[in-house]
Amino acid sequence: MPGSDAPVGAVLEARGIVKRFGSLLANDHIDLAVTRGEVHAVMGENGAGKSTLMSILYGMQQPDAGEILLAGRAVHYRSALDAIAEGMGMVHQAFKLFNSLAVWENVVYGMEPRKGGLIDRRAAIDRVAELAARYQLAVDPSATVGKLSVGVRQRVEILKALYREAQILILDEPTAVLTPQERDGLFDVIRHLAADGRTILFVTHKLHEVMTVTDRVTVLRDGRVVEKMVTAETSPREIIRAMTGRAVNLTVDKTPAAPGAPVLVAEALTVLSEHGRPVVDRATLAIRSGEIVGIAGVAGNGQTELIEALTGLRKPDGGRVAIAGIDVTGADVDGHRVAGLAYIPEDRAVTGTARAASATDNLAMGFHRHPPLARRRLLDRGVMAERARAMIARFGIRIASEKTAVGTLSGGNLQKVVVARELSHRAALLIAEQPTRGVDVGAIEFIHAELVAERDRGAAVLLVSAELTEILALADRILVMYEGRILAEVPAAEATEERLGLLMAGRLQEAA
Amino acid sequence: MLDLITPFLVNSAVQAITPILLAALAGTLCGRVGVFNMALEGQMLVGAFAAVVGSYATGSALGGILFAMLATMLFSTILAYGVTIFRGDAVVICVGMNLLASGLTAYLLRQMFGVSGTFSDPAIVGLDKIRIAAINAWPVIGWIFSRQTAITWAAWILTALVTIMMFRTPLGLRLRGVGEDAEAATSMGVDVTRYRIVTVLVAGAIVGLAGAQLSLGTVSIFSEDMSAGRGWIAVVAVMLGRNHPLWAALACVLFGFADAFSIRLQGQGLPNQVTDVVPYLVTLAALVLTHGRRRKRQDPTITASP
Repeated sequence: MPGSDAPVGAVLEARGIVKRFGSLLANDHIDLAVTRGEVHAVMGENGAGKSTLMSILYGMQQPDAGEILLAGRAVHYRSALDAIAEGMGMVHQAFKLFNSLAVWENVVYGMEPRKGGLIDRRAAIDRVAELAARYQLAVDPSATVGKLSVGVRQRVEILKALYREAQILILDEPTAVLTPQERDGLFDVIRHLAADGRTILFVTHKLHEVMTVTDRVTVLRDGRVVEKMVTAETSPREIIRAMTGRAVNLTVDKTPAAPGAPVLVAEALTVLSEHGRPVVDRATLAIRSGEIVGIAGVAGNGQTELIEALTGLRKPDGGRVAIAGIDVTGADVDGHRVAGLAYIPEDRAVTGTARAASATDNLAMGFHRHPPLARRRLLDRGVMAERARAMIARFGIRIASEKTAVGTLSGGNLQKVVVARELSHRAALLIAEQPTRGVDVGAIEFIHAELVAERDRGAAVLLVSAELTEILALADRILVMYEGRILAEVPAAEATEERLGLLMAGRLQEAA
Repeated sequence: MLDLITPFLVNSAVQAITPILLAALAGTLCGRVGVFNMALEGQMLVGAFAAVVGSYATGSALGGILFAMLATMLFSTILAYGVTIFRGDAVVICVGMNLLASGLTAYLLRQMFGVSGTFSDPAIVGLDKIRIAAINAWPVIGWIFSRQTAITWAAWILTALVTIMMFRTPLGLRLRGVGEDAEAATSMGVDVTRYRIVTVLVAGAIVGLAGAQLSLGTVSIFSEDMSAGRGWIAVVAVMLGRNHPLWAALACVLFGFADAFSIRLQGQGLPNQVTDVVPYLVTLAALVLTHGRRRKRQDPTITASP
């Protein structure tokens, strides 16, 4: 491993970084040193200050105190421009892409190859294609970014950093949407870059990745560095303890499922794209009461559209859907919900909550038409607030008061709002889409336990997740989607990450 | 119907299109960096006034043009700095600029020349009409470009240049990125504020040209509120063209011909209250039609999650 014979002298050093947002101390005298050719993990729960530290290192924010040294030389960034000029690169967690522009335009933006004052389009496309091929990031350089799946967009972000040949590369949760094979491919890229003498700062929640690919780990908690470790000399359990300050149950405790009658039944469900191509291709499935069924698949293989068709967000182009024996084919979302659907959507910020509305209002949505919240068609604010307070307490949502707008909450807390609301329906069917994406370890543990409790209560749970570990931990049965079809069904007992990965890549023969 | 389209109609339509086209080009530039410029009407009026002042003071049309560009650019600093440094709302700022332009030009007209309503003076030098015999001989091209001002030529050349700049140069790519997602542009090291300020000021200079064409192109006078809605038509053209200079230009051509056509209809004996409505009906129809098309096209993305 590079870095095990640690080169002397830090290529990047942060000393006593302090950053304050109002009363919140986001970074409290953080020291960080990374050496050339090192893969360095920065870990911590949401709100630990990782993102703030990274944006300071990348010049997007200025520290209130402290200094940054590159190869021993103090640097002062006024903007990311300065950081880029000094050889910094960053792959952001929230994509920073221009959706209406082509892939190649996104990649070369700000550093365009020129010919006679114009952009040398040919050279740009060739360079992007070459990079994509070299690092096995399958992307069509001429495709419009907005039409690409989340997974492919992430590849564009990685290509952007690679195109700039940054010496120090910050990767903020880069593997969230990749298959195990793609992720391993990325790890090869990271090792190759490190062997080339480049330095990687790897921000992640995933212990497995830290153990696999990093040389050293710095753990942040509450804005402070709590632990610095050499990866080879530590364990996942130790890292978790450092992150949370307590021991966390990594595995999900659950008893064998006792499935009952089918609750969600879909027959030959088909959704066509705007070009008439099936994006969901005759999907047939039955989710029974008392079981968790996971849907695994690489982002963009029809999972999103399948869920839209199952929840009424999109009218299917063929087939039928029934919830608890009621045919809801073609009905709107309300029709589905009345039949017995609760739904945790993929995007908590856009679909899952109304950001400008208070926690009280967000938690009341879907319950607002019936008593006790509504009396004679008018809302009872007192009952609403009381109920919201109870839910905030029960789900441990960290929020100033129930009157606070949920847009101010961190990702994990916002997700708890959605989960709290949807679980309190006590519906016959729960569809949970990426329920723990970007949520910290403590909240993941909590949400997983709640999903299992739903199952044990007798609900049928359909779980869609890009995290194979999540599906493996929770699901009793696993359906693999590939190019719109349900390619295979695997009982949890027979599922391994390798086998699912092959199925997700459409390699049915090899997986058998 | 067809006999209504005469060389004269085409020629006068092209003449009428010029200020609208220039303003629309400026509008697309601003739109591309994420500044919705609704102040085109006021900017054009300032340009028209400054052109007359410049021409009157220097005794040359070129002096008028340069002064118009400079003055409108200066006037545009309100928008440029208002939406960036002062983080103001573009719509509010633009409404203010339009009101200010109307009042300010009327006030200055009184203060500087002691007249109200309309100012005309032999000392105001208008723009020359360019005559190129070789071009006049062509059938359609000759109709369009014979006896037009340098600004009309400039408007069409600028349309081509802005299009090339926007879609073929590094600068254009950056502008489009700034308007699409300022945060992403910042993360790529592009100074969004600077791009916005410079673009809005350059666009201001272009609207200054539009104003000069208005007051020096045909009549060599300034009258209060002489922009008379042309800036608003340009705003609509920008919206119809979705910030694409060629589509915006096409919209301007549509409006220009509708306008020229309505004047022709008047000549046919229709009451002018009826014919005056024609350009606005065309605008309304174009808005409704393209809106319907847009809705249809966007439908799949409304249901698809991001």
